[in-house]
Amino acid sequence: MSTSSDERKLLPTGHERIDHLEMRGIVKRFPGVLAVDHVDFDVRAGEVHALLGENGAGKSTLMKILYGLYQANEGEIYLNRRKVTIKSPSDAIALGIGMIHQHFMLVPSLTVAENVALGLKSSREPLLDLDVVSARIEQLARTYGLQVDPSRPVWQLAVGERQRVEIIKALYRGAALLILDEPTAVLTPQEVDDLFATLRQMVQDGHALIFISHKLHEVLAISQRITVLRDGRVVGSVPTAQATKAELARMMVGREVLLTYDVPPVEPGPVRLKISGLRASSDRGTEALRGIDLEVRAGEILGLAGVSGNGQRELAEVIFGLRPATAGSVLLDGQDITGKSPAELNRLGMSYIPEERMLDGVIRDFTVAENLMLQEHAQRPYSYHIFLNPRAIAQRCANLIRNFNIRTPNQETPIKSLSGGNIQKLVLARELAREPSVLIAAQPTRGVDIGATEYIHQRLLEQRARGTATLLISEDLDEILALADRIAVIYEGEIVGVVDRAQAQVETLGLMMAGVRHETAAG
Amino acid sequence: MIGDLITASVLASGIRLATPYLYAALGETFGQRSGVLNLGVEGVMLMGAFTSLWAVHEFTPAGATGYDAGALAMGVLVAILVGLIMGLATAVINVTLQAEQGISGIGIYLFGLGMSDLLFQKVFGGNVVTVNGFPKVYLPVLSDIPVLGEIFFRQNLLVYFAFALVPVTWFVLNKTTLGLKIRAVGQNPEAADAMGISVARVRYFTVTLGGVLASLAGASLSISLVNVFQQNMTAGQGFIAVALVYFGSWRARGVMFGALLFSLVNALQLQVRTKGIDVPDEYAAMAPYVLTIIALVFASQRIDQPAALTKPFERGE
Repeated sequence: MSTSSDERKLLPTGHERIDHLEMRGIVKRFPGVLAVDHVDFDVRAGEVHALLGENGAGKSTLMKILYGLYQANEGEIYLNRRKVTIKSPSDAIALGIGMIHQHFMLVPSLTVAENVALGLKSSREPLLDLDVVSARIEQLARTYGLQVDPSRPVWQLAVGERQRVEIIKALYRGAALLILDEPTAVLTPQEVDDLFATLRQMVQDGHALIFISHKLHEVLAISQRITVLRDGRVVGSVPTAQATKAELARMMVGREVLLTYDVPPVEPGPVRLKISGLRASSDRGTEALRGIDLEVRAGEILGLAGVSGNGQRELAEVIFGLRPATAGSVLLDGQDITGKSPAELNRLGMSYIPEERMLDGVIRDFTVAENLMLQEHAQRPYSYHIFLNPRAIAQRCANLIRNFNIRTPNQETPIKSLSGGNIQKLVLARELAREPSVLIAAQPTRGVDIGATEYIHQRLLEQRARGTATLLISEDLDEILALADRIAVIYEGEIVGVVDRAQAQVETLGLMMAGVRHETAAG
Repeated sequence: MIGDLITASVLASGIRLATPYLYAALGETFGQRSGVLNLGVEGVMLMGAFTSLWAVHEFTPAGATGYDAGALAMGVLVAILVGLIMGLATAVINVTLQAEQGISGIGIYLFGLGMSDLLFQKVFGGNVVTVNGFPKVYLPVLSDIPVLGEIFFRQNLLVYFAFALVPVTWFVLNKTTLGLKIRAVGQNPEAADAMGISVARVRYFTVTLGGVLASLAGASLSISLVNVFQQNMTAGQGFIAVALVYFGSWRARGVMFGALLFSLVNALQLQVRTKGIDVPDEYAAMAPYVLTIIALVFASQRIDQPAALTKPFERGE
């Protein structure tokens, strides 16, 4: 088939391709931080260029500059060798640049078609032309394997579907270059496969893709080139064919990293935490937990896997007395603790590492010392009657800071100026110092750099060796596979199945995370 | 006894009394749908009420006995202008300066309350001035329908226009690209911004429109319903209008039903008082306000509340 050179320059969506985009010498300063430090980056049509780095390495900031959400302090952007200025997202869209944000930029109360039409010129201005938009959505969906129903409101869609809407939104606007910011963070392994199929189709059609991630195996699977950022600087840029996991991890962290842990066998003890028939409502009043049964034994880590929003947060909150159960019970060493207050549960030897550490784990405006003493400040020797004992407090805090390797200038530093990893270590210090018999850890390493993650994992394994019964709730399947003795999968408020780690396979777990029952998934 | 109370004329007055609520609450609906709560409606209403009355008084030729169409048009025009200015000021405060909306609204209310009274004292020396307001317009054919004709189709222009605004509001919000932008900005301004929509521009538009409609609400009191001006003559109707938006779940139709409920109760309590029925005056007079509280407790469906209501928007974290 012969095509004219003009046609070859066009994507199937009818828009011009971006043959080459280059960012040169980009610098972005935030008050007190140099977030991006003279970074050069480029991407070509028909390739996936991965941007790899830890949280806070500057990946998202760099891409937000490209999408016009931030303005660079220095540096230039060249599109097809021509210098361009991008002052706002509408400039970026006009140039054919699209972005899939980590937190979806969708309006939940609007339908898929309305979300796509938002901000576009209608063919019947000033009236909406949702029928035209819907037809075009269905056409794009067919081309790229992005199944969605244009008439459904977005709040009814699963996370994977929402991401498809985001991609359609970008394609609809003629994105020739698409930035994907941690697109797999919220997907099941099968959904990741579907996404990759779509991305490969787009690359084949001549789109240029930038794939931001901190997951090594994904980057290796999808990209042609990998650029690693650390502390706002480019550490290196390598063709994917020549890259190895260990080498990339070293570049990301700046030192050797343990990619797997040595998990010594521990003989599980008696059942510490027993959950039976537990039901509870979500914030919206819908049923979030629909009869949960789980047991956690002493010296065991039970991993709870699942895509976010399937009841994990509600389960942790009900166990820890922060949300009322509508039915069922929670037993701690045979004693019914359903509906007991967090203070009582603390006394009974239970600890909780909440999912939203800035909201539920610490008080933003308090100092390191104050946050460390949130629970024990009213006990001797830290206070006497109504008076705090500053000396005892200072000593305890100094111990915790040393033992848990919390990097802080001093005890009086406001917690909000610490990094995510250090804040999480502080929460961990406060919760583990009590030597709990039961630990509920919800997303303990989310948004935490690899170094701190490694450290937190070691501490959790240490607790396991000590005989703590740990319920590890995580959306990161790799984390669960690395730490848990048994793995339970939650889907829409129900436990789909529980498997031993030795028997666990990623594919089976992925199917379970999508709601397929264990027996069926295994068979 | 009930038959005595609920007559066609009472119902007609109920329809009429809904006018200020409708203007103010529909205007507020636009603002809240885009994420801006304007508690200052009452103040804008007072300014609209006074300035439109002043304009009608000023432009009515000396010695005129009936209404003067030109003067009435000037009254409406002045009210629109005043609403435009106060709406823009509200937008500057709430959108550009990102004020705490619960507090800034009270400020706007107090400004309107004080300024309208100050002007009243300066211009009219605080003396009651009556004007010839909008006359009733009997719609041909329709007004001859028995009972219904008297209730619905023998009203004045401002009343008809207020009710016409209900479907217009619904249409603009649900069927136009502008309406889609307004709804998106109120639910998720970050998403709207990422799609290249100017959140500030949309909110300036809705808040200014809300100001214009609030001012017209005031005018509908002073040059269409009672035809006088007194200090604080709105007596909380602007605040009730804000509550009606919640009551109506941010929908034009719900707002209209709310407005009618209140105005009918109002008309009824006036009737109770004029008939001299043995109910203490105070109870009758407080009925609409008690109803506001009860209605808000039971009827508001918060699920539909714009997620970004009262939250100023600024790009970036």
